[in-house]
Amino acid sequence: MNWLSSNLDYVAQLTALHLLQALIPLVAGTLLALPLARLAVGRRRDGRSTELSTTGGKVRRATVINSAALLYTIPSLALFVLMPLILGTSITSLLNVYVALSLYVLAMMVRSAVDAFESVSPTTLEAATAMGYTPVRRFWMVELPLAIPVMVAGLRVALVSNISMVSVGAVIGIQSLGTLFTDGLRRNIPAEIIVGIIGTVLLALVLDRVLAALGAWNTRWRKV
Amino acid sequence: MNIFESTAAWFTAEGTWAGAGGIIQRTTEHLGYSALVIILAALIAFPLGLLVGHTGKGENLVVALTGALRALPTLGLLTLFALWLGLGLTAPIAALVILAISPLLAGVYAGIAAVDPITVDAARAQGMTEWQILSRVEIPLALPLIFGGIRNAALQVIATVTIVAYINLGGLGRFLIDGLAVRDYSRMVGAVLLVAALALLVDLLLAGLQRLTTPAGTS
Amino acid sequence: MNISLNTTSLNRRRFLGVLGVGASVSALTACGISGETAFGTGAQGGPIIVGSADFPESQIIAEIYAAALNQRGISAETRPAIGAREAYIGALQEGSVGVVPDYSGNLLLYFDAQSTAVTAEEIIAALPQALGETLAALKPSTAENKDSMVITSQTAEEFGLRSLDDLSEHNRQLVLGAPPEFAERGYGLPGLEKNYGFTPQSFEPINDGGGPLTVKALLDDQVQIVDLFSTDPAIIANDLVVLEDPKNNFLPQQVLPVINGELVSYAAAQVLDEVSAVLTTEDLIALNTRVSGEEKANPATAAQDWVAENL
Repeated sequence: MNWLSSNLDYVAQLTALHLLQALIPLVAGTLLALPLARLAVGRRRDGRSTELSTTGGKVRRATVINSAALLYTIPSLALFVLMPLILGTSITSLLNVYVALSLYVLAMMVRSAVDAFESVSPTTLEAATAMGYTPVRRFWMVELPLAIPVMVAGLRVALVSNISMVSVGAVIGIQSLGTLFTDGLRRNIPAEIIVGIIGTVLLALVLDRVLAALGAWNTRWRKV
Repeated sequence: MNIFESTAAWFTAEGTWAGAGGIIQRTTEHLGYSALVIILAALIAFPLGLLVGHTGKGENLVVALTGALRALPTLGLLTLFALWLGLGLTAPIAALVILAISPLLAGVYAGIAAVDPITVDAARAQGMTEWQILSRVEIPLALPLIFGGIRNAALQVIATVTIVAYINLGGLGRFLIDGLAVRDYSRMVGAVLLVAALALLVDLLLAGLQRLTTPAGTS
Repeated sequence: MNISLNTTSLNRRRFLGVLGVGASVSALTACGISGETAFGTGAQGGPIIVGSADFPESQIIAEIYAAALNQRGISAETRPAIGAREAYIGALQEGSVGVVPDYSGNLLLYFDAQSTAVTAEEIIAALPQALGETLAALKPSTAENKDSMVITSQTAEEFGLRSLDDLSEHNRQLVLGAPPEFAERGYGLPGLEKNYGFTPQSFEPINDGGGPLTVKALLDDQVQIVDLFSTDPAIIANDLVVLEDPKNNFLPQQVLPVINGELVSYAAAQVLDEVSAVLTTEDLIALNTRVSGEEKANPATAAQDWVAENL
């Protein structure tokens, strides 16, 4: 690992860029997924489990989930490359990566957020209404916190996939740990590529732990 | 000419579909690589998933393994293997097999592990051997989740097989990489549409197959 | 002095990388008014961003430009590996980078595929008109790096090949490996066909910019003829044969800086001219050897050493 010791600064710089390109889309994609998922689940009051029993509810749920899954069939390289065309951004802009990866996170998170909202017991929600919670307050104080455990599980999958996907941006010259792959290939330095692979996996595992810990902290009431 | 018109023009241009390097050839290659990758990955993931799911031993290992495999960047594996092995099928296929193992393994393992232990005990009480329990009870009951894993893997592999063109193989990724090299957006958009259509088609086929093979009563 | 300037530029780069395009956008608006001169006021809107193509030599030259500018007190940073010419010229035109190193012949063909210029001088003379209003080519260096058709000495012997002229007798017998764009560029397959009547047996697109995969494929006889850069250290190291090009299919390719006139000040252009005045082909081979050979030196390090020694 001679290569690593003489290029520590460079690797650190790329790691920081990688982190940024993984985290910003994760947050943006999740924030977009929440309202969509909530919409798909539909109204849940008066103890009826969900609106799923109605045809309209079924169609809406299927539309949201399937169109999100459709996004996932687009190769990441293609999405990166086509972003400037869609957004009118510069070819080398980081915005291309942010938007493209946010879409992937959105695609992954819609599904698990729907599951998460549906995992909340309708009886609990009814009880909250009975206690005088307004619908908005009930959402923030009861429904969302209770949906967090299932959502965190989905978020962890999205995070790990996202970190691996950031590296593809290197093919179009956007710097991240993926740059070590393209550069290592051109300059014939296997060690550089290995550093990139290990760095990416480490980053994913560490952030996964952090996210799991955050999720546990957020739901610490479960232990009480 | 805007991008929609130029993409339409690309699709209708002479030589786009037939002949060497045409859409038909590239689609066939794409499907061939994808099938090869999924079959090879299944050869590794299925026995492992069945074993761990049935015996319940090594569950932590499987969970950790699927997580770590998901984190491995395919582009990194591809470039590393290419440096070691040079051009040809081996490097890109090996990189993609590693990608496909994770969803397959997760599906098989979760499917078998989710079978009600009471059902398994009942089968054992009837005098079934362990192999009979696995093949006649657990696998049929686990089929929905196993198929879920296969469909997941197929979607990922068909989308990701595009990057084998980054080294020198064919497939629909050729249009993407070649288009990128000369900034021909219409060809790239065309490639995206083709890959998405292929992924959906294969997913529909697998869904149909799933319906045919799943025993009544499970969903 | 030199060191402290470089550190600030590195920190800046880290910071600006985070901000994305911010700097170049403000540079654009800052220079919008000064349209009457060929050069903008450049640095006042932020550092000059030196882009590069996605192969090591281009990155080395870009690092040289940036290091030279920084040494002369003009803040500059690099944006490496943007892609093929279509990509980095696009970035230059839209102003997200201010300078890129390029090669005279291919640059001309990119803008004017019908150009009849053949000699180095004709190419330089034809460039200003081809480049149009926004872009400008600065003075060329004597350093040259052409695409060249390379075979193993064994193939050369077996087929009796010395020049591209000899290829037409072996139509459809040799597999050609080159970057994907070679299939469509004027000097690529169309040029070989037109000038030498040569069609390969098949074309292997290898996307490593004439790097290790290309060389390995050649040495393993998976392909018999490849497109390498004439400054590639692998040619000498593996005793490869560069086929002569009597009909100038591959135009002279002098290294020169291409600038977006609105983003590069006159003072900065003078520094780049200074670099071009001393950069030689031998320098390029030596720098490539350091970066891609045994040493695996960082392009920025190799470039800074060269600047410290030569400027």
